[in-house]
This record gives sequence, C-alpha cells and structure tokens, in this order.
Amino acid sequence: MTETQQTKIQVRNLSKVFGDDAKKALKLRDEGLNRAQILEKTGQTLGLSNINFDVREGELLVIMGLSGSGKSTLIRCLNRLIEPTEGDIIIGGENIPQLNDKALLHCRRRHFSMVFQNFALFPHRTVQMNAEYGLEIRGVAKAERAEKAKNSLKQVGLDGWEHAYPNQLSGGMQQRVGLARALANDSSVLLMDEAFSALDPLIRRDMQQELIELQHRMKKTTIFITHDLDEALNIGDRIILLRDGEIVQIGTPEEVLTRPADDYVARFTEGVDRSRVVTARRVMRPVRATARHDDGPRTVLRKMSENSLDSIYVVDRERKLLGIVEAEGVEEAAKAGKDSIRDLLETDFPHVNPEEPLATLYPMFKGKSFPVAVIDDEQRLLGVVVKGAVLEQLAQTGEQ
Amino acid sequence: MDFDIPRIPLGDWIETGLDFLTTEFSGVTRAISRGTQAGINLLNDGLMWLPEWAVIALVALLCWKVGGRRLAIGALLGLGLIWNLGLWDPMIQTLTLVVIATLIAIVIALPLGILAAISDRFYRVIMPILDFMQTMPAFVYLIPAIPFFGIGSVSGIFATVIFSMPPAIRFTTLGIRQVPKDLIEAADAYGSTRSQKLVKVQLPLSLPTLMGGINQTIMLALSMVVIAAMIGANGLGSEVWRAIQRLRPGEGFEAGIAVVIMAMLLDRLTQSLSGSKKTK
Repeated sequence: MTETQQTKIQVRNLSKVFGDDAKKALKLRDEGLNRAQILEKTGQTLGLSNINFDVREGELLVIMGLSGSGKSTLIRCLNRLIEPTEGDIIIGGENIPQLNDKALLHCRRRHFSMVFQNFALFPHRTVQMNAEYGLEIRGVAKAERAEKAKNSLKQVGLDGWEHAYPNQLSGGMQQRVGLARALANDSSVLLMDEAFSALDPLIRRDMQQELIELQHRMKKTTIFITHDLDEALNIGDRIILLRDGEIVQIGTPEEVLTRPADDYVARFTEGVDRSRVVTARRVMRPVRATARHDDGPRTVLRKMSENSLDSIYVVDRERKLLGIVEAEGVEEAAKAGKDSIRDLLETDFPHVNPEEPLATLYPMFKGKSFPVAVIDDEQRLLGVVVKGAVLEQLAQTGEQ
Repeated sequence: MDFDIPRIPLGDWIETGLDFLTTEFSGVTRAISRGTQAGINLLNDGLMWLPEWAVIALVALLCWKVGGRRLAIGALLGLGLIWNLGLWDPMIQTLTLVVIATLIAIVIALPLGILAAISDRFYRVIMPILDFMQTMPAFVYLIPAIPFFGIGSVSGIFATVIFSMPPAIRFTTLGIRQVPKDLIEAADAYGSTRSQKLVKVQLPLSLPTLMGGINQTIMLALSMVVIAAMIGANGLGSEVWRAIQRLRPGEGFEAGIAVVIMAMLLDRLTQSLSGSKKTK
C-alpha cells in the first residue's frame, strides 16, 4: 500500500440516531453525554456518532467491532439501506445522503455491490439468475449479462453450477454465489457484511484466502464488516475499530496489534495469534556487516570478528544478496592462502519477503541457525531476523 | 324510571344509501350485469358443448398430471357419480359461477393485497373492512344484490365475489410481507425499483402463500354459489333449494354430495398446483 492512493469514499461527521427526535439526541451528544445516558434521557439510540474516515481506491478496508458497535449500521448508511441522520458520504463527486430517490438508485447500481451474512440469495432463481440480478435490473442485454455472470461464477469457482438452485448448495458455495452476484455487477465498491460469519471455520479460512487473492487480482475497493479480529487482521489492508458507534482506531493490522489505541483495543488483541500478523519487516534488524563478493578471506574474517558474527551475508555491488559464508570455512580458506571466498558461498540460505508473517519464519530456524535474510523483490538485503527477535514478539501475547 | 331512547335507524340509513347507489349507478350496474351474464353464458355453453365423458377424461388427465394417480381415480369416480345422478348440467352451471366469481375476486384482490402489503396506512384501513366482509352472515349480501343486478346468476356472482375475496387479499398481503427482510435488502442494495422488487422478488416468493389464498377463495366461492340459489342462481344450489321446498331429503343429499365432490376436487387440484410451483 502506498500513500499516493486515491480516495474512493470520504465519510465525514456521519451520525445515525434511531428514534424520532434525532435533533435532541445529537444535541445531548454535543453536550458530552455518552450513548447510554442519551438512551436513558431520550429513549433514542445513538447508533453512530461522528464517524470520519476515507476509503482508498483498491484497498480492503475492514470495519470491525462487537455486536452493537454500529458496524452493520455504518455499512448500510454507505448505500442508504439505513438513512444517516447527519453527515456526508462522498463518492465520485456525489454526496450520498443528499441524493434524491432516482439518483440514489443510480448510485447504488453504479457504485455498490453487497454481500450479506446470510447470503440473501433469491431462492426462486438459479445460481446463474442470481448472479445476473444486478445487471438484469439495470437493463443490461441478456447475452451480455449471461456472459458476465458466467465469468464471475468462474472466478469464484462455481462453473458447472449455473443451473442449480441456492438450496442445493452448501453454505460456502452459497456465499460464493453471493460473491459472484456482487462481482458480476461490476460496481466500484464491494460491501461485505459479515460475509463469512455464517460459515464454519475451515471454509471460512479458505474463503478469506480466496477473497485476498481475488482482491489483489481485481484491485476492487472492498469494505468488509466483521466481529472477528482474527479475520480482520488476516484480510484487512487497514482496519477500523468501532465501539459504541464511535471509531476507536484506524490502522494497519500491525499497528492495531502492536500499538493499540487504548485498553479496549489492547484487550481485543490479547487472544490474537501474533505469529500470523506480525511481519518480518517488523522484527528484522539492520545488517551489522556484509561481505562483498570480491572481498578476500582475511577482510571477511576481520569484518566478522569486529561484529562478533559466526556467519556473514555476501552481497554484490548492487547489494544483491548472493549467499552466506561461515567463519570456519573462511578461516580455512585464509590459512590455505586463497584470495577469494567465492567457493565457500552457501547459496541455500533462509530468506523471506518483508511482508511474510512470523508463522512462516519460525520453522526456518530449525537445524542450522543462520539469521533469516529479509530481501525485497530485487533480491536486495533489507535486514535479518534472528530467532530471539521472533520469540520475543511471540512471547508478548502472554504478557498483556 | 323509563328512558325512552329512540331507536337508531341504522337499517333506514343503509337502505337510503343502497337506493341511492342503485338509482345513480344503474347504468354501471346494468353494464356489469350484461358483461358478467355474457361471460357466464360463454363459459357455460363451452363446457356444455363438450360431451360429459370428454370433460371427465380431461379433468381426470389434469388431476393425473398435477396430483397423481389417486386424485385422477377420485375425479373419475366422483364426476362419474354426478353424471349418473343426472346432476351434470347443474354441476357445470355451478362450476361456471365458481370460476367466474373466483376470477373476478382475484383480479380485484391481487392489487388490493399488494397495496396493503406496501402501505401500512392502507393495511390499517382495509383489514377491518375485510373482517366485516367475512363475518357478516353470507345471506345478507344476497339482499342488496337483487336491486343492483336483479334476480339471477349475476347477483349470485356479486354476492359470491364479496364473500370470497377477503382471503385472497389477506394471503396476498401476508405472502408479500413474509418475504425475508434480507432478500428485500439485497434487492434494494442492487438498486431495484419498487416494481422490479415486486415482480422479481416479492411476488414470486409469495406465490405459495398466494395460491393458498386462491384455494380459500375457491372454497368460499363454492359454498356461496350454492347459497346464492336463493336469489335465483342456477346450479346444484337450486337443486338443493328445490328439494327443501318439496321436502325431498334424498334429492337434497344427492345434490349436496355433488357439491362435496366438486369441493374436494377443486381443493386438491389447486393445492397440488400451488405445491408443484415451488422450486424445491
């Protein structure tokens, strides 16, 4: 993710009051009363209060909170399945709360596709017809919509099931239909409301993985609602944490985990499997010294002893990583009077991408314990990870 | 102490109202009367034109297709018995009245039911009216029918439509309101217009319930068409009516049994029709 990404949706000062005297409730809120006090005084429920955030083009944004935190209300305010009480939601130059009925209809058709917790498939329509629904109501020609629906069914792995009815499919497959219906629509934003919560854990993991892959492939802006922090951390590019209708924290999964905004978030993250979230980039250390491939054995030995190393990574002029050499080998070469370390180069060394989670790193420390090299796409050495650093990170889980 | 509370002339008011309607709208009622009578004659003649055995064979075939073998055998035996008892013509007349009354009832009930499902206000207005229509003793509808449409089958149909329409309206409303909220939400989220939502989601999903309502309407129509014999509607009802006047219980029961056979056949047929529509 880069900072230069464009903003897709801007949400500003969004609030939602459930009840018939919204003004009063909002006034009390501005006077500093909290949700419970407002409910007691006026009988109105402050569903969302002063929500501000941006959705970036192409990102997978997770909105996470427990039940009653307002996350379902929030996602429904975006396409006005629930009318927001105040605030702006700006997408493509339009302010959604201000749209009239006709403009809203167009806005929903163009911008939003939704996937629902309980699938919400039409039971009287075949899988194919379900996938075509969004296009059909937009008046897309029959041949074209059939083609698009078929493609999206293929993408979610349901080719061959076009003529089945939803109740003939398993839960996981039904939600694939839900996803296909959303993808076929070719809208600019995908809204997923607890889309995987009704699935059993194994299928859920698979679907998360597939969603991540799909999302990386298609770069579709996605807003995903969940009550499950593991899920949020697993799939989200960024996470918005919601509590009692207010945003507690916005950040990347790592930021949420390693720098929780407050006790609430910290308590949340307690039970999380950090090894799946914390990445190599976070635990890696700068390399204290590297050898050049044209260094002689004596130079290499000196570099190693100065930095008290048992082994040293060897790079070329562009800092591209070539391999690793061990102290014993270099010493022998020096004694033998050789002038190059090229023959000693061990090319089968552990290396990872900086975004790799600790879970993949840990097994690499078995056997020979070289530090794990962290390299970028151009093979350049960014840093190393030592066993101790990984263990230290994993240990923090228990402390909090 | 005696209070002399004057009796409220409720009956007089109603009569004045009915008189007003009959005189002011006589053109309309006469047109309706003529149209309906034409429909009755056409359908009746059509059904009469076919030989009895052909009708029985057709009905049995239909029963076999939608309801299975047992229903087909039942139809064969039942209709055979009616034919044998010499009640074929009155049976066809009754069937004609039931079909036409049901069609009219559905044509009126469907839009009203949809409206009541969509609008809470209309729902609150129409529900007490439906209660009134269903609980008012059925005979009472026969009385205003005569000044509107004169003695005969058209009056019978008028009373039958009023009596049998409420369940069709109720079940339509119920069926549409029963469509799960998340499906409505899905239809809305993808930007369906109100009529797209109705035609593509709400009506297809309420079809089983709707068919249940139509089944009820047919049953009520059959029972009312028999009673309507009192104001001159032809059919099995008039056979019963004649048996009463001549004190011939045997003949009365024969016609009564014919009505029972018709009711069972119509009921099973419509039920299996609505069952087979479901995409299971």
